[in-house]
Amino acid sequence: MTIRFYLTRAWLPLLFLLLSVPPAIAVSGPAAEQQLQQGLARLVHGNFQEKEAAITQIATSSDPKAKEILEALLAGKIYRLKKDNTLVYTARKGAKADIIGVLSGNALGTVKKRAIKKITINNRLRGKLRGQLALIDLHSSDPKQRLAAVNKLIKTLDPASAITLETLLQTEKNTKVREALLTARAIIGLRTDSGERRLQALENLQGNLNPAVKNELTSLIAAEKDKTVRLKAVATLSSIESEIAFYALLEKIFFGLSLGSVLVLAAIGLAITFGVIGVINMAHGELIMLGAYTTYVIQQFMPNSIGLALFLAIPAAFIVSALVGILIERTVIRFLYGRPLETLLATFGISLILQQSVRTIFSPLNRSVSTPAWMSGSLQLNPVLSLTTNRMTILIFALLVFAGLYITLKKSSIGLQVRAVAQNRSMARAMGVKAARVDALTFGLGSGIAGIAGVALSQLTNVGPNLGQSYIIDSFMVVVFGGVGNLWGTLVGGLTLGVANKFLEPWTGAVLAKILILVFIILFIQKRPQGLFPQKGRAGA
Amino acid sequence: MTLFQALKTDRGGMITLTIIALATVVVPVCNLLVPESNPFHVSTFTMALLGKYLCYGLLAIGVDLVWGYLGILSLGHGAFFALGGYGMGMYLMRQIGSRGVYGNPLLPDFMVFLNWQQLPWFWHGFQWFWFAMLMVILVPALLAFVFGWFAFRSRVTGVYLSIMTQALTYALLLAFYRNEMGFGGNNGLTDFKDILGFSLQADTTRAGLFIASGVALMFGYLSCLYITRSRLGRVCTAIRDQEDRVRFIGYRVENVKLWIFTFSAVLAGIAGALYVPQVGIINPNEFSPLASIEMVVWVAVGGRATLYGAVAGALLVNYAKSYLTVAMPDAWLFALGALFVLVTLFLPRGVTGLLRKKEVA
Repeated sequence: MTIRFYLTRAWLPLLFLLLSVPPAIAVSGPAAEQQLQQGLARLVHGNFQEKEAAITQIATSSDPKAKEILEALLAGKIYRLKKDNTLVYTARKGAKADIIGVLSGNALGTVKKRAIKKITINNRLRGKLRGQLALIDLHSSDPKQRLAAVNKLIKTLDPASAITLETLLQTEKNTKVREALLTARAIIGLRTDSGERRLQALENLQGNLNPAVKNELTSLIAAEKDKTVRLKAVATLSSIESEIAFYALLEKIFFGLSLGSVLVLAAIGLAITFGVIGVINMAHGELIMLGAYTTYVIQQFMPNSIGLALFLAIPAAFIVSALVGILIERTVIRFLYGRPLETLLATFGISLILQQSVRTIFSPLNRSVSTPAWMSGSLQLNPVLSLTTNRMTILIFALLVFAGLYITLKKSSIGLQVRAVAQNRSMARAMGVKAARVDALTFGLGSGIAGIAGVALSQLTNVGPNLGQSYIIDSFMVVVFGGVGNLWGTLVGGLTLGVANKFLEPWTGAVLAKILILVFIILFIQKRPQGLFPQKGRAGA
Repeated sequence: MTLFQALKTDRGGMITLTIIALATVVVPVCNLLVPESNPFHVSTFTMALLGKYLCYGLLAIGVDLVWGYLGILSLGHGAFFALGGYGMGMYLMRQIGSRGVYGNPLLPDFMVFLNWQQLPWFWHGFQWFWFAMLMVILVPALLAFVFGWFAFRSRVTGVYLSIMTQALTYALLLAFYRNEMGFGGNNGLTDFKDILGFSLQADTTRAGLFIASGVALMFGYLSCLYITRSRLGRVCTAIRDQEDRVRFIGYRVENVKLWIFTFSAVLAGIAGALYVPQVGIINPNEFSPLASIEMVVWVAVGGRATLYGAVAGALLVNYAKSYLTVAMPDAWLFALGALFVLVTLFLPRGVTGLLRKKEVA
């Protein structure tokens, strides 16, 4: 009650007053420096009233040094030299102290403790200092800092802030900061006595997603006496809440797609080796791991250009994994065609050997791969929805890899041969396709894609010898769920499973969600052994 | 064909059974009666190790029954083994009573630690040995039956089935890692005190467990021998070689598969139950896909479709593992990996296959 009383009474005259005073932010250049010097000069005096005025003067000087000075004053680090009253920062060293001139910023050497005297402050001044420091941020020349300061202010709005807000609104050009200021003004409007003004404020807050608005509305509804205002508030709140729920849904879908894209990346190479040439490659996960380690090694060679290293890692990882894959095919798998269970066992053995080799060479500890600056951080779409850049990059990357692979298989001559061998091996051979060579190349292609997946995964998780193991079962599930031998199936299957996982998680927790998905796939396979998109014709039989 | 007749045609089996029977008698005697200074003394550690191998042997027979004779490559037998082990572990946990660290007469230590007030419903009844043993048999059997019911009826075969079994054990691995499941989370169950009133630390109890493992292995061997040499066994082999044809002739393939698979799961469960008191711990690692696939390698090394080969493979590989993990810890996974590759490439009939070739020639 007192708040509203104060506001309504103080509002107009103060506003008037403020309009007549030039806004603080307008001071600049030499004038600012001068004001700062004046303020500092007044700070030396022992009188607290004088100091208070000095603080205001320093704070409103808009000199870049002002913030640092006030912070130091608050922390009790500002002293004056007894001989000439110069203000200095000090760092104690036993009986002596290192001093730095406040205004000049130069080190002034070391003096005895007796030669300096602290600038004392009392509680009233501390409060004043805190308020002024917040104001300095509000006047900062960096819009981001201003926005942060306004958002901080919204949480601790009091009647006095209203005046500040009005001043700021007059000069603010940046749309985002302006929006935040208007939100703050409307929140203060909600606290006024006049029903009309509260209604007006509600109107302005329509669809505002700032979390403070939601809290304010909730408490308003609880206390509101005026029926029209309350109804309006309820309607506004529910529309805001449904909007928040909508964005939460969007975020969940994004996280699901992001997880799905990782699954697709891990599974798509498998979709080729398993789907097209029918080889169960249990070492697929380790080929992913090799890709991740390739990224790590390349980054070690060029630690100063992380981003370039990442780009170089993509072809390098492809080549490394593809070569290892071809080696596996030529030395082991070749002899086991037509014996899928034996292939499974042999490739599992290879996966153990690869894991242990990496453990011996790079140590069993996880290696961390750095993320380039442009991939870290997040894209803040509005106060409740932000998308992390690295996940978005990987989602796009997965789609690109998929498209590239799809085009290779459908449009290139090697793709044609691969499909021919997959559909009818003896017919393809009769037409002059070198089936054995195509097998090796297909296996190399699938393995290379696994290596590329490793590059992407290195940006999301730690790179360690067990990296691949955790993806192999998931990848098989995706391939089997999507339908063997069908790239679209892998894409749709992977993304579906990712989204389904994220939607189950809030109810069941991450681990149980994963278990449920596994159980679901087990049941699904019983019902539709050919997967989501069964292959048509003879090849599917 | 009677069991006796079957045994007469199985020379390798006769030898294996004789060795196991001898070991079952000689090892405990050498442990308990021969003084430590005597070179023929078998230390308790060695006896526990050998007892562990016997359990693995029983498990390997189960895997061989479904893989060697029925053509189902199960990568999830570790799940049945671990479930049997957990059944026994739960009984042993209840036997600790108020001797635990927290001294709670009803709740095992980990539940007190998690601040649980009541015993979960599925822990009731495990204070009785007979109930726990019933569960050791029933739980793996039920899981295998339900899984098999779905899988075999919809004719999921070959690699798909293998991946599914692997997913099964993987799902259980994740589930048992959770504290909320009520099985001790990733620490599992341990700190056992006694079984049927006998202290687990005593040499006599250890010897008793060793004898039980030996007897169980012989029993498992004979029952599997009986099955494989019966008419049912011949249908199994036929299913392995030409599943469709067996179906066309009029056999209910899915029923045969279902019952053999379930029986094999029971063998694995019993092996797990005997394994746990001898090693003194059961934790979710037994569910890991690697553990299950290692079992397949025992059988592959020994030679599948011969029961004695499975036993021999389990003993050989595990002896190598015990030796290598101590002598050259880094080399074990290399060796295991190489074993997978070399056996599948060059020894499709396993080590015992080498001997049999000579026999035939």
